[in-house]
Amino acid sequence: MTFSVLGAGVAGLCCATMLAEAGLEVEVIDSQPDPQGASWFAGGMLAPFCEGESAPAEVGRLGRDAADWWAARVPGVVRAGTLVVAPPRDGAELTRFAARTEGNEQVDAARIAALEPELAGRFERGLFFAGEAHLDPRVAMVALIDRLRGMGAALHFGEGAAPQGQVIDCRGLAAREVVPGLRAVRGEMIVLRSADVSLSRPVRLLHPRFPLYVVPRADGHFMIGATMVESDHDGPVTARAAMELLSAAFTLHPAFAEAGIVELGAGLRPAFADNIPAIRYSGDGIHVNGLYRHGFLTAPALARQLVADLTQSGEVRHAS
Amino acid sequence: MRVYGTEIASRLLLGTAQYPSPAILAEAVAASGAGVLTVSLRREGGGGAAFRELVARTGCRLLPNTAGCHTVKEAVTTAQMARELFGTNWIKLEVIGHSDSLQPDVFALVEAARILAAEGFSVFPYTTEDLIVGERLLAAGCEVLMPWGAPIGSGQGLRTPSALRAMRAHFPGVPLIVDAGIGAPSQAAQAMEMGFDAVLLNTAVAKAGDPVAMARAFARAIEAGAEAHAAGLMPPRDMAVPSTPVLGLAEFG
Repeated sequence: MTFSVLGAGVAGLCCATMLAEAGLEVEVIDSQPDPQGASWFAGGMLAPFCEGESAPAEVGRLGRDAADWWAARVPGVVRAGTLVVAPPRDGAELTRFAARTEGNEQVDAARIAALEPELAGRFERGLFFAGEAHLDPRVAMVALIDRLRGMGAALHFGEGAAPQGQVIDCRGLAAREVVPGLRAVRGEMIVLRSADVSLSRPVRLLHPRFPLYVVPRADGHFMIGATMVESDHDGPVTARAAMELLSAAFTLHPAFAEAGIVELGAGLRPAFADNIPAIRYSGDGIHVNGLYRHGFLTAPALARQLVADLTQSGEVRHAS
Repeated sequence: MRVYGTEIASRLLLGTAQYPSPAILAEAVAASGAGVLTVSLRREGGGGAAFRELVARTGCRLLPNTAGCHTVKEAVTTAQMARELFGTNWIKLEVIGHSDSLQPDVFALVEAARILAAEGFSVFPYTTEDLIVGERLLAAGCEVLMPWGAPIGSGQGLRTPSALRAMRAHFPGVPLIVDAGIGAPSQAAQAMEMGFDAVLLNTAVAKAGDPVAMARAFARAIEAGAEAHAAGLMPPRDMAVPSTPVLGLAEFG
């Protein structure tokens, strides 16, 4: 029995990896010639605690072991926690964030300076989530593709490949026609390159209207994200989004004003009405979808669940 | 409350932004008993069909808004687009004067209201407690006024109770809805006790730890406030007034 995973985003690659690791024959088919879609524009924060601020508890549960999963398979997983700060006048947001999340400790100006020297003197108080991690999604995706090839999996990119086995549909929004209840939540991000700023971990800047995160990447790159717009418009980043993201980055550190803009990116996150990812077994196949803004956080647990479902029943589970 | 010839049963109007998920939004709406939901459009544009459909599924009447608009032209264009997308003449008119304070630009507001009312829209203007602005809005064709309690999202409650009280007294018979700034059910109850017809809020419910429970709490507070107003509140007094007479009682010991 061959498994045909449709979609080489984070959901598809994690499912294919777990299937291959279970000794099952697997192929991955993506109609696009290059990786794109929501995963390519993700922040790569493995932040099960911070996300609990607005996400259902289920998401945090699914993401609890994500950092271990990734660290065992791809390079560049950094376990340095997450720092959350707010401008002085938005201190109420920090209080709210602390009340809504677990796994954090209050930090004062001295501790913030010790964690992130570049932010010394800029924020009086913050929250530190020591148990969180981050990775570079693009590095991780390429590494999983290489790893799958190394395990003998076939990967087909571009038009033309027809699935040979049991379909596991991980196409995100491209599966909208066959996955009821799926909607798009547009996200916009910017990649900056700065020689002046250096950060060791993702920093979240709380703001009542434009909450933002900055994730450090290799070679002085920073991913600034991300907007959340209830829209399936897939056009370029709007001027408004760019202004919001850049002004928030500037608030975090004025030296970002001199950073180079390397990339402006927009993607559509697939989400169900409850914003919780799901594995659905239906007549036309198995669907892993709705990972919303939690792809890298929840995909490993979903993939693990999928393989457990498939191997437990001894054969492919069909619609019930 | 009767607005633009339509009877609205619930005195709570809810916004639809910033909820943890559309599913929780729908639950909160059901718990609140709200009959009218306001939906933004400026940023989502025509691409938000899936979300609009989820909101429409609540069965509530939809009141599209022009949140995020800073000029008369933007607001008018957004209202026209809302009419196409939502199939309603109702529009909650916001023209923001400052992107930081989100204070309404009342001059642009009156101008936009005049244009939209002439085009047949039923305009729900988000305004301040200024009486003359209110009069100009009514003259422009508005049949309802929506003064702020406090700046949008601030949760400060009724920042100028005396001015709001004056507004209520100045516009007898005009539906007045306190819009924005409400953070706690007690503040919503206060507005209703003052005789306002309804309260519109978003953040206090959407960003509560449990939005569904908070929606229910607001519904109860608003009902209590409205009932108290109808029942006739006692005026405060400077001196204590015993509820039972003390003169003439027997003294023991």
